[in-house]
Amino acid sequence: MLLTITTTHRPATDLGFLLHKHPGRVQRFDVPFGAAHVFYPVASEECCRVALLLEIDPVGLVRRGRGASGFALAEYVNDRPYVASSFLSVALVSVFKSAMAGTCKGHEELAGTAIGLEASLPVVPARGGAELVRRLFGPLGYEIDVTPIALDGQFPDWGDGRHVALTLRGELRLADLLRHLYVLLPVLDDDKHYWIDEDEIGKLMRRGEGWLAEHPERDLIVRRYLKKQARLVHPALAQLDEALPAGADAEDGADAAAREEQLEERVSLRDQRLGTVQSVLKASGARRVLDLGCGAGALLARLLRDDYERVVGADVSVRALEQAARRCKLDAMHDAQRERIALLHSPLTYRDKRLCGFDAAALVEVIEHLDPPRLAAAEQNVFGSARPRTVVVTTPNVEYNVRWETLPAGSLRHPDHRFEWTRAQFATWAERVGAQHGYAVRYLPVGPDDPDVGPPTQMAVFSR
Amino acid sequence: MRIDLADPCLVVLIGPSGSGKSTFARRHFLPTEVISSDFCRGLVADDENDQRATEDAFAVLHFIAGRRLAQPRLTVVDATNVQRESRRSLIEIAKRHDLFAVAIVLDTPEATCLERNRARADRAFGPHVVRQQRSQLRRSLKGLQREGFRRVWVLRSPEDIDAAEVRRAPLWTDRRAEHGPFDVIGDVHGCYAELVALLRALGYDIGADGATVTPPAGRRAVFVGDYGDRGPDTPAVLRLVMAMAAAGSAICLPGNHDVKLLRKLKGRDVQITHGLGQTLEQLATQPPQLSEQARDFLDGLVSHAVLDDGKLVVAHAGMKEAYQGRSSGRVREYALFGETTGETDAFGLPVRLQWARDYRGAAAVVYGHTPVAAPEWLNNTINVDSGCVFGGRLTALRWPERELVSVPAARTYYEPAKPFLAADDAAPPAGDEDRPAFLLDVDDVAGKRIVQTRLARTVTVREENAAAALEVMSRFASDPRWLVYLPPTMAPTATSQRAELLEHPDEAFAEYRADGVPHVVCEEKHMGSRAIVVVCRDAVAARERFGVDSAETGAIYTRTGRPFLESPADTEAALSRVRAAVDGAGLWDELDTDWLVLDCELMPWSAKALELIRRQYASVGAAARAGLAATVAALDAGAARGLDVAALAAAQRGRIEHVERYVDAYRRYVWPVTGVGDLRLAPFHVLAAQSGVFVDREHTWHLELCDRLTAADPDWFTSTARRIVDVTDAGSQVAAVAWWEELTGDGGEGMVVKPLGFVARGRKGLVQPGIKCRGREYLRIIYGPEYAAPGQIDRLRRRSLGRKRSLAVREFALGVEALERFVRREPLHRVHECVFGVLAMESEPVDPRL
Repeated sequence: MLLTITTTHRPATDLGFLLHKHPGRVQRFDVPFGAAHVFYPVASEECCRVALLLEIDPVGLVRRGRGASGFALAEYVNDRPYVASSFLSVALVSVFKSAMAGTCKGHEELAGTAIGLEASLPVVPARGGAELVRRLFGPLGYEIDVTPIALDGQFPDWGDGRHVALTLRGELRLADLLRHLYVLLPVLDDDKHYWIDEDEIGKLMRRGEGWLAEHPERDLIVRRYLKKQARLVHPALAQLDEALPAGADAEDGADAAAREEQLEERVSLRDQRLGTVQSVLKASGARRVLDLGCGAGALLARLLRDDYERVVGADVSVRALEQAARRCKLDAMHDAQRERIALLHSPLTYRDKRLCGFDAAALVEVIEHLDPPRLAAAEQNVFGSARPRTVVVTTPNVEYNVRWETLPAGSLRHPDHRFEWTRAQFATWAERVGAQHGYAVRYLPVGPDDPDVGPPTQMAVFSR
Repeated sequence: MRIDLADPCLVVLIGPSGSGKSTFARRHFLPTEVISSDFCRGLVADDENDQRATEDAFAVLHFIAGRRLAQPRLTVVDATNVQRESRRSLIEIAKRHDLFAVAIVLDTPEATCLERNRARADRAFGPHVVRQQRSQLRRSLKGLQREGFRRVWVLRSPEDIDAAEVRRAPLWTDRRAEHGPFDVIGDVHGCYAELVALLRALGYDIGADGATVTPPAGRRAVFVGDYGDRGPDTPAVLRLVMAMAAAGSAICLPGNHDVKLLRKLKGRDVQITHGLGQTLEQLATQPPQLSEQARDFLDGLVSHAVLDDGKLVVAHAGMKEAYQGRSSGRVREYALFGETTGETDAFGLPVRLQWARDYRGAAAVVYGHTPVAAPEWLNNTINVDSGCVFGGRLTALRWPERELVSVPAARTYYEPAKPFLAADDAAPPAGDEDRPAFLLDVDDVAGKRIVQTRLARTVTVREENAAAALEVMSRFASDPRWLVYLPPTMAPTATSQRAELLEHPDEAFAEYRADGVPHVVCEEKHMGSRAIVVVCRDAVAARERFGVDSAETGAIYTRTGRPFLESPADTEAALSRVRAAVDGAGLWDELDTDWLVLDCELMPWSAKALELIRRQYASVGAAARAGLAATVAALDAGAARGLDVAALAAAQRGRIEHVERYVDAYRRYVWPVTGVGDLRLAPFHVLAAQSGVFVDREHTWHLELCDRLTAADPDWFTSTARRIVDVTDAGSQVAAVAWWEELTGDGGEGMVVKPLGFVARGRKGLVQPGIKCRGREYLRIIYGPEYAAPGQIDRLRRRSLGRKRSLAVREFALGVEALERFVRREPLHRVHECVFGVLAMESEPVDPRL
């Protein structure tokens, strides 16, 4: 892991004063995860370049238990020893502490002056690619060279990976350059190697002072820097709002509204879906209802507000059930309420007698998560074994996908969807299941019913 | 007085305070058999005399009593029980568990009670209490039997109480001590000629009188009942079975027809239908003693029989697990009629619930009652009524051999109301509409499970592991009908102390040597992904043997049960290639099968893991190369300025070398795949076929068969290079080590060392079925690019193999058990239980680098 900073300020070797590191020496510093070395590959009147070399101990890293994305060996086979990440941020604070604070005894004026600086990082992990690099560093006035790194020259069709080589040039105070790197490198990486708490907000405020509040990507920076933890992100954004001069957000208004609209549209389809299911269940006159594939409990929470005698959610994921329990606040319920609701760990593809004896069941956006060959088992379980009088099934209408501009043509809405059906396919399935198990079927649209492609969500109501 | 108890049962002691109940209980029963209300009061309130705790104390008492009877265990309730309400709830509990409640009354004189209470400091209540209890008791005495106690014994004096003797005998249904061997014979219905023919076929000798039967040595007949009605000669059948029962060579159970005949013979008014008319006409031609004998005989028949250490249960119409070995009205009804819904079908016959479909008991249940075209095992139950009187066959099941022996009916004696030989009934039991056989129940897999395996006795699957597996199994795995096996995890060899090496064959050899395994096979570890191939000769075989309803002819899945290839068409293309090779090698006939399960490696690894290689491995390689190159350039510039960075630069150059070798290591796993034709299959175990599970064959047998598949299709199959090693011979080992060094020197994955005999046992049970010994270069993609660098490798040597090794053995036992159950045609849920167990164990947290 290497960072070099070059200046063309005259005399260039003043860089040594600013950094408190003598250009003639090679220095070694201990850091918690290995060692940092500082030396000057170039040191002349015209040009001075300092190098910070980090040696990260990969075996030591393992103890830190980074639970990376589903790849069991990610703790051992990873890019951390080679790239600029939060390790570098920690090293910067520890090795260039006073330079980052902008203090320089005997050279106060120099520390406070914008000078020509160039920072070079051979490998930066950038989730969001070169484009995000520009969005982050561009507004800070840098001239940016960013080159994506190819995955493997032997397999050119593999293309580029998530790493880029980055060079930043600008006229600014050294302290500002270091602070920008300190904050933005982990943001680009979208990760941190350490556990964070409230103190992290303070670090962000200190190092973001003077530039973060007005940065156009402020929200993204704060969110990623604080590891998307809502309990930290919201207070941090509020503090930054206070730091803004009045009226500064006016120009952003239109943008924000557009974003919100998009968001609202999403929320509203989901809301409409759950609302429609809620109405159908109510209209069926059911007293005991089942939410099969309840997930984190969005529908359950609504059903609890209706006056059912019993509401039971079932899901195959233990984690989802824990979320549902939290969402429905099971712990805080008094006994009478608590007895109305139950959560079952139950996979749809195994028969479960606990699902018998209900008046109605909802399968909201569930069937498309089953492999087609296993669908038969789920059908038997729901329509053959549990046999509630009413069954509500919703699933995406794949025809509608063309109406979503952001969705690449031909792709499904969710990576785990095993299939998405056209209206005709859904009807064929529903009619067959209905006939086989003695249910009548009717259909309801959910969301805007497009004249050409139908509604985004299709719903079948089975009753017997 | 002698008190004869049927064990288990619920014994209710009745008597006022001071009547001597606790003393009596102590004398005749185990301390753990007795639950006293005082004790329960103490449990809930820390004070045995705290009357305010009475209600809670009785709740505890009832709970314990219920749980003991569920076991079932003889249970004695030591409380005054002088009030009818208190007894009612106890009788209720016994009934719920289908066991008898009996009462022992200690009617001790009031004076004695009072005197005893006075002597005890903790019984400071007035004499009115005892007086009132005695009067309640006296009022109850007469009606006790009517309340629902099966027997009531009243001990009227301290002398009576002292003289009482308690004896226990098993319930009549409990014949576990009888071990047979047995021949369980289906519904006879007066088919005397067929019965004689069947008995002869079973090796029984029939005497000249036509009733005296001599069984083959040690064997006994068990009749599921329905001796008469509809058939030609009920009297002869009755004579024969009565003689056999009297001689002790038959155990006779009652059928619903027998019970009806009994009611008629006892003079009750019954409808003369369903063939009873023929029976009565036939009996009328016989001396009247026969009817009397038949009446007494039938009256003495016990609902069902639990035999052979509880491994075999015989009942006329079936017996669910909860009722086995118990005795109550509903148990008897169940034995006679099975489980019915109370409705009747289009033929006017009662609609039966398919109890056998849901049966999960450990005991095999043999029954009759409803004629079937061909007896078939379903969930460890079998119906042996093959409709003799309707022109079918008379069938016997030989136990414990589990062989069926049958003779055909000479003719159709009676037309069945419903054609039982109709084509749809003749199909194997595929379940019914609301519970097809393929639909597994969540109870089959969820919760903590203890699986009995042949190889390792019991394997316990922890509840949280089962929960984790449930999600994987239901969301990602192949159809459970194809999942007849999952491979075990494999532990690496003990850690080597050699410089720059973590693993070396010597440790593996030493381990097997210490376990008493002299010969091992070393098999090249292929650079692909594990694949289990289930292949059928054709779609018909797939349908018949695996019960699938699609046109699939097999399956190829990963070690976690996921379909290996994304598209079903690719899977079929690969299967047809396997099938052709099996054809070519002539294995169908040789193994007498139309399906095979092969344990294989499918190459290249990139076929399954290209995304992982790209996103993880290549990405790390690219970052490392770019980063280190820039670092070295900077250091060189510093050196050119005269800085002392020589050591740093040398270290960084060394790292570049490691990284380059790491990049080489993952690159070996990549080759372009555009279709199934680009894949290579390397089978190494021929796990199972219809003729058996081949874990009793040496690895050389497996590998030679696999070689023949390669010979049949050398372009698509790859053979597994191997060496047989004598681990007691130094030369043999040295040669194998040299071979391993050659395999791994240019980046090969390494080898797997296995006991030559497939399954081997050491002093601590099963030895590891295989130990992997991975190559130095290959381990870079496991331990990290620079793991072999001096500062790192020594710290990596501290690795703990225990859990992985233990998992490997248990998963191996489960996998083999799954196959053996499948080959024995055990029901799907029994096979699935084992496969599911393997998957559950895989959610146990272990170091993924092992």
